[in-house]
Parts: sequence; structure tokens; C-alpha cells
Amino acid sequence: MTIHLSIVIFLPLAAAIVAAFMPPRIGRWLVVAAGVAVLGYAVALIADFDRSAAGFQYVTDDAWISELGIRYQLGVDGLNLFLIALTALLWVPALVWAALLERDRQRTFLFHMALGETAVLGAFCAQDLALFVVFFDLMLVPFYFLIGGWGIGERVAATTKFVIYTLVGSLLMLAGAVALGVLTASETGNDLTFNIAQLAQSPLPEGTQQWIFLLFAIAFLVKAPAFPFHGWVVDTYRATPTPVLVVLSAVLSKVGVYAFLRIVLPVMPDASVHFQDLMLVIAVFSILYGSVLAFSQDEPRLVVAYSSIAQLGFILLGIFAIDDLGAQGALMQMVNHGLVAGALFFIIAALTLRAGSPSLAQMGGMAMRAPVLAGLFLVIVLGTLAMPGSPNFIGEILILFGALDTKLVYALVASVGVALAAVYAIRVFQRSMHNRLAPGVEGGDLSRLDFAVIAPLVLVIVGLGVYPQLILDRTEEATKSNVAAATRAGGHSEQQAALGRKR
Amino acid sequence: MIDLLAAVKAPEIDYQALAPLFAVIGGSILVLIVGLISGRAIQRVLLPLLASASLVVAIVFSVVNWEAGDTAPIVEGALGVDTLALFLSILFYLSGLVAIVLSLRSESAQEVGAGEYLSMLLASIAGMTVLAGAENLVTVFVGFELLSIPLYVLCASSVRDRLSLESGLKYLVVGSVGSATLLYGLAFVYGATGSTDFSGISAAIGPDVDATDPLLLTGVALALVGLAFKASVAPFHQWTPDVYQGAPTPITAFMAVATKVAAFAILLRLCLHAFADVQADWAPALAGLATVTILVGNVGAIGQRSLKRLLAWSGVAQAGYMLAGVVVGTELGVRATAFYLAAYLVMNMTAFAVVVARERVSEHGDDLESIRDLSRAAPVLAWPMTIAMLALAGFPATAGFIGKFFLIDATVAGDYAWLAIVIVVGSMISLVYYLRVIAVMWMDRLEVKLPTIPPRYVKPVAGWSPEADPRAQPEVVAVAVIAAVATIALGIYPSPLFDAVRDVGSSLGSLF
Repeated sequence: MTIHLSIVIFLPLAAAIVAAFMPPRIGRWLVVAAGVAVLGYAVALIADFDRSAAGFQYVTDDAWISELGIRYQLGVDGLNLFLIALTALLWVPALVWAALLERDRQRTFLFHMALGETAVLGAFCAQDLALFVVFFDLMLVPFYFLIGGWGIGERVAATTKFVIYTLVGSLLMLAGAVALGVLTASETGNDLTFNIAQLAQSPLPEGTQQWIFLLFAIAFLVKAPAFPFHGWVVDTYRATPTPVLVVLSAVLSKVGVYAFLRIVLPVMPDASVHFQDLMLVIAVFSILYGSVLAFSQDEPRLVVAYSSIAQLGFILLGIFAIDDLGAQGALMQMVNHGLVAGALFFIIAALTLRAGSPSLAQMGGMAMRAPVLAGLFLVIVLGTLAMPGSPNFIGEILILFGALDTKLVYALVASVGVALAAVYAIRVFQRSMHNRLAPGVEGGDLSRLDFAVIAPLVLVIVGLGVYPQLILDRTEEATKSNVAAATRAGGHSEQQAALGRKR
Repeated sequence: MIDLLAAVKAPEIDYQALAPLFAVIGGSILVLIVGLISGRAIQRVLLPLLASASLVVAIVFSVVNWEAGDTAPIVEGALGVDTLALFLSILFYLSGLVAIVLSLRSESAQEVGAGEYLSMLLASIAGMTVLAGAENLVTVFVGFELLSIPLYVLCASSVRDRLSLESGLKYLVVGSVGSATLLYGLAFVYGATGSTDFSGISAAIGPDVDATDPLLLTGVALALVGLAFKASVAPFHQWTPDVYQGAPTPITAFMAVATKVAAFAILLRLCLHAFADVQADWAPALAGLATVTILVGNVGAIGQRSLKRLLAWSGVAQAGYMLAGVVVGTELGVRATAFYLAAYLVMNMTAFAVVVARERVSEHGDDLESIRDLSRAAPVLAWPMTIAMLALAGFPATAGFIGKFFLIDATVAGDYAWLAIVIVVGSMISLVYYLRVIAVMWMDRLEVKLPTIPPRYVKPVAGWSPEADPRAQPEVVAVAVIAAVATIALGIYPSPLFDAVRDVGSSLGSLF
């Protein structure tokens, strides 16, 4: 079966451009249809994916800017397969939600949503570093408009902060990427190339790797968000409209951590080992900081915001354990967190609507009035706190196994985070669903729209809890090969250290 | 008698190589003469047509000459008609065309007389063409002055606007200082090397000589400072915001693009041909200037309410980026600079076209207030402006991104990795003001609080139609849309431009 990734990537944008010249009533459904088609493609990708084959599948490789050595290279392997699927899956409910709720300048809104999907899919599929940078930066443009144009409250300040934070990172990464390509070319004497696999074959000297590593790391940590670079998170999460927030939190945050696995570990293995402890400290701090603050928030949105910091800390821990299991767990957890966070924001929108306030203090007792809502919410909460049987449990266990293998102390501290997750997740559920019925709460159970967007996500979560092999089987090869260089580099330095001790 | 005539050897004139220049100068004279005839049809229609025609002819000749490839300098080695010169002259002609279109409904063109106005515009373009091909110190100065003097007048052509007069005077004074410095520098260089010819200078300096001759170095330094005035490189940029703001907007657009291209044209030639062997001396100094320029330009733009002033400061910053391409002194650097200049043309023309369109219908002149909620009032203007701002900030899928990528590439490859970081830091600062412009257009009820500079209310310059409807001035909208489309197109499919700049890079190729 031939699947052209370019079609997958650019279908939403093409539909949105066509829709811009159609009456809004028809145009919006064209955009939604494109989103559904992309999801169909993604499902076909998973079904058709050859799990035994090494390397990339469905490769597209064309010259784009030959002068700069930039090629239009796309490909799928175990590393990005499920992230593409996650993107496709979450964009559908977000687009449906956006299409059904009337808002000012709807066509422009949908155009930006579609452009966002194109950019994210492009970033996941790109196998050329420069192409990745292009899509990575392009991602910001639609979100800048979506938050600033249709947000809530201090939206312009929030969106400006968001874009400046993220773009500062990605501009540094741009400089790093160019330097990586140019210096590798001058080192090897080959033509200038930004192909990630080729760059990985000829690593730079360690000193050079280190400063380039830092440029990349800042970009991806801001995007994640991780502990000292999370300044944009609160304002942005508060101001972002629901369908945008779903994809922002569920999908965009994965691009940064994905890039650590795809680019940083294979291309800069020595630097990754060199900065391993620094990154692990950041990861552990993110887990603890995020969990503690999530516990003390009054708005469910912000609880999820801070819990995302903690969850991404977990993912980071798995990646920088520099271990096969850890990396696989990190990948699994990226998908899980995406599903859970996406569903949570839809539920929070439903809660806010019923309570008439974004504050947890104004909610309460909704379980009696809205049993279906409560049921779905409970499944998601149990997923968040990584109950055995949920996919998150498997992801976190794998991450902790990976970390225990190599970095025992960090793993022990991080496991405190698992306990803390239970505390904040259950707190939100109790305060909103149980307790006495809050005076302002109105309305009944889920509307059809709410149900239609939330239920499928819950179904997928349950499904993955039952059959996690779907992901684990297909990701094993790719995670191993992407971590391999760094593992070797780590082993190498450990051997040297051991030799040093002997002497 | 006949013997005597035979003894005097008539200079050989390469008419084909000079054809673009002839077209522009001829157009300038023709427009001046025809402009004497009064009559609305002639003043408003025929003259712009004639002026545009001469520029189109010049473009055609340039393209034809391009096919011929690089040739030896003509006019006794004083004027190079290589691909570098041709490429940059095409940029002058294009920005001239845009300026003519934007001036169609401009008051100032009518006040001073369309004939004089257009004639001076063309004369300035002729000066730029000479400058872009200058291979001799004398040619440099002739081109430099021919470029500048008409512009001094054009800046002041809104004769009833005090700001415009102030702008003209300021430009005259500062520009003259720049010219004087340049001339002084060129004289020193001549004194040190005994030659006015670029090849002669280069030969006199020699490849192996440890150039510590203070006379030569002083000359180089002064010449570079003189050019820095024209390119608005910090700290010689102070005139830029005032002059840009005061001048009639079509002229500002022309100056912002064409003058900068011209200054970089001669900077490239002078540095990489005449002074190539003392690169070790000027490169660190220029790298320092580039750093200062990038920082000063970007920080200066943050506090601006006036769009023209904002674009002026952003132009200063952009000059800093391009200077990085000169600093590295490689073929790659030349190409990157040439590419960025072309990208710079389309990005700025988009922005200025929108400013022209809005300031004619808004009581706020070129204040940020004039584009408030433009996404509702006139999406056909809001989208181009948005694209221009994103491109100037260096977002992907625009020409600005590829240009910046190319510049960083050249800078890192030329062992100036730190300068690449400076470019990146500058771009970060620039987000503050570029994004603010977008926010004002798209995110309503945004109050921009900039207490330092009070809004200056410019009287509305109504054109033929005072309605705010963009359809009232279709030619301005067309410029904005076409330039915006070009900005995107070059960002997605830049190969044609890359092919062109590859030739350009090789025109100085023998030097590397």
C-alpha cells in the first residue's frame, strides 16, 4: 500500500484554503472532513506498518533547496507513527468542536486550526533537520492567532508571551541546526546536508556537540514545557480557547520531547551523555514542581497545566535515562498524556459551562446530575494517576524501569511523583463531582457534542490499557536504534571512568 | 585635419552594456521635458507610464545582458556590468516601479510637479545603477552623489508638510557628511595605493603584504563609515527614523529598499574587490558594527508607534543582518547578502504599500492606530501586512526565513558562528514589535501603551477617493498583494532566486 505522507500533511491546509472561498456553512465541514481523512490515513498507517522492517517507511525524498542542502524528506518509523496518529486523532474532535460552536471569523479560525495540524504533522514526519525547523517554527503562527484572536481574558499578553518564549527557543535551535549541518559538512568534507540519519552517522567533536546541544535543549524544554522554562504555561492555558488548548496541550507539547529522541540523542550522543544528569535534574524538578503546584490550583485548567509539566518531566526522565525501556516508556507516555490531556480539557469545558465559573470552588456534586460525564471523567482520572490497567501505568512503569537501570536515585525521587499524581487528580474529581451540589451549578448531563468528542478518546484510552502491545510492538525497533548511539557513548565514558579508577 | 581626427582614437562604447543606464537616464530626461506640458491626462497618466516604461525597458536590457554572462568592466574599467551589478540594478528598477505606482495618487508628486518628481526618481535610480557597477573610486563617488542629491529633494517634496521639509533638510545635512567622509576616505585610499581603479588598488595592496599602512587603513575606515551612513548602519543611523517618517511614504519605501541595496552593492564591491587583501583589518570592525546595528535597530523599534519609524528601525536591524554576509567575505556571503536583499525588497514593499493605503484614509496617519482591526476593515490589506511582518521576523514559509537561514549558513561557514547567534538574538528582540503590529490588526481592543512617544496625528492625505474602502486605491492594494504573494512564493519555492544569486556570487568569484 502506498501512502503519500505529503497528502497526509497538507490535506488539512489545502481543505482550509479551499474552504476559505466557500460559504462558511459548507466550508467548515470540508475542513472537518479533511481532519477525518487524515485520521483515516493514520489508522491505515498503523495497520499497514511493517513492524519487522528497519528504517523508514513511506519515504518521500525530494530536493527542495539544493543550494542549502535542504531536502524535503519525510518518513515514518516506530518513533513517530503513533505521534502522527495522536495528532490526527485529537484534531478531529477539536475541529468538530470548533466547527459547531459559532464564533466570530469562523473561517479564519478553522484555517488556523488546519494550518496548525499541517505544521505539527510536518514536524513529526520531517527527516531533514532544516525541514523540521521549518515546521517547528511554522507551528507557532496559527497558535499565535488562535490564542490572540479568540482567547479568553488577557489573551494578547498571553499569546505574545507564548510565542516569544517558544520562538526564542526555536531561533536558538535554528542557529544550532545550521551550525550542525555546516560544521558536519566541513568536518567530513561531504556536501552540506541536514538529513538527520546522515548527521547521526558522523557526530561532531564533543565540545562542539555540547554548545549545539544546549541550543536544542532550550528550544525543546520550552516547548515541553519543563521546569525552569515554563513561564508561559499558566497565562497561555488560561487564555486559550478549548479546542485549541486540547491540541496545544495534547500534541504540541510532544513535539519537543519527540525531538529529543529523534534528533538530540542520535545526533549528539556524547553531549547527551555529558548533560544527562542536568537533564535528569530538570526532569525530576519538573515532576515535583508540577505535581505540588497542580495540587494547590483552584482552576481545573491550571491543575492540568501543572500536571502536564509533571508528566512531561516523566517523559524527559524516560528519554534521558538513555535506556531502551525508558525511551519506549517515554514514547508510550507521550501518547497517553496526549489522550488524557485532550479528553480532560473537553471535560473541563463541560464542567466550566455547568458551574458557570472556571473555579473549582464553584463546582461540586455534578456526579448526581451528570452521571455519564462523571463516568467518563473517572476513567480519565484513573488514567492520569496511572492506575494499573491504564496505559499510563505501563508507560510510567517502563520509564521507571529504564531509569532504575541506569540512574537509581532519580527514579526513586520521581516515583514520589506518581503518588502525588493521585493526590491532585483525585482532588479535582472529588471537588467537582462529589461534595455538596454547588449553588451555581446548572444543566444536566453531557450534550451530544460533548459526548461525541469525549467518548471516543476514552474508548481509545481503555483500548490501549487492554492492548498496549499495539504501541509497544511497533515502537521497539525504532526506540532502540535511536537510543543506541547515546547508550554506546554512555558505555564508552563509563568504561573510561572505570579504567581511570583502576589506574 | 583628417589625420588629426584619425589620431584621436574615439573611445569605444559598449552600447549594449550601457543600455539599461541609457534607458533610465533617457527616461529621466524625457519625463522632465514632457512634464512641462500641462494637462491632467499627461500629468497623471502619461508621465507615470513613461517613467515605468523606461524602467521596464531597463529591466529587459538587464536580463538580456545577464544572458551574456560576466564581461570585463567597460568605460576603461570604470564600470562593471557583471551579474552582481545587473541583479542589484534589477532590484532598483523594481523598487522604482513600486514607488511610481504608490505615488500615483500622492499629493506630493502633484505639488512639485509629476515631471520633476519622476525625473528625479529616475535620476536617483541611474545613480544607483552606476554605483552598483562602480569599479573605480571616481565612479563610486559620481554614482553616490547622483543617487543622493535627487533623494534630498524628493524627501522634501511634500512642500506643505513641515515634517517632510525637516526630513529633506536632515537628510541633506547628514547625507553630505556621509558623502564628505566617503570622499575623504577615497582620497586616502588613492594616496596610499596610487590608483583609483579597484583592480589597481587590489594589486597595490597585494596579497602577501602585511597591510599596516596607516594611510590606507584610515582611508578604508573612512570610506566604510561614509557607506555606513547610506546603509543606515549603527551608529551612523540616527537620521533614518526621522527622514523615513517625514518623507512622502512612496519615497520612504523607495529609500528604504533601493538606497540600502545600493549601499550594500558598493560595500560588497569595495570590500571584496578593492580591499579584499586587508580583510583581516576591516572584517572584525564590520562584525562589530553589525552587532551594534542589529541590537540598536531592534531595540529602537520596540518603542515606535509610527509604522514608518518602526520600519525605519527594522531596516536598521536588517542592515545589520546583511552586513554579516559582507563580513565573512566569501562567495557564500555575497550570495546570502544578495538573496536577502531581494527578500528584503518584497517584504518591505508589502509593508509600505499597506502603510500608504492606510495613511491616505486614516486620520491617524501612519500611527499604529491606523491599522487597528484591519482584519475586519480590509482583510485584503491585513493579510499582506501580516505576511510582511512574519517574513521580516523570519518565520518559515516566507522569503525572510530562507534569507535568514542562508545568512546564518554563510556566517557559520565563514567562521563567525558568534555573529550567527547575534542575528538570532536580534530576531528574538524583533518579535516584540513585529508581533505587536499583527496583534493590533487581528486582536481587537488591544491598547498599545507606548508612553514615551506620543502619537503624532498626521492630517489625512486623501487621494481621489476618501473612502476607507481599499477598492478606492486598487493599485496600492495590488502592490501589497503581489509583493506578499512573492514573499510567500520565495519562501516555499526559492530555487529561481537561488539560481540567480549563484551567478551573482560567481561574478566576484575570481576574487575568492
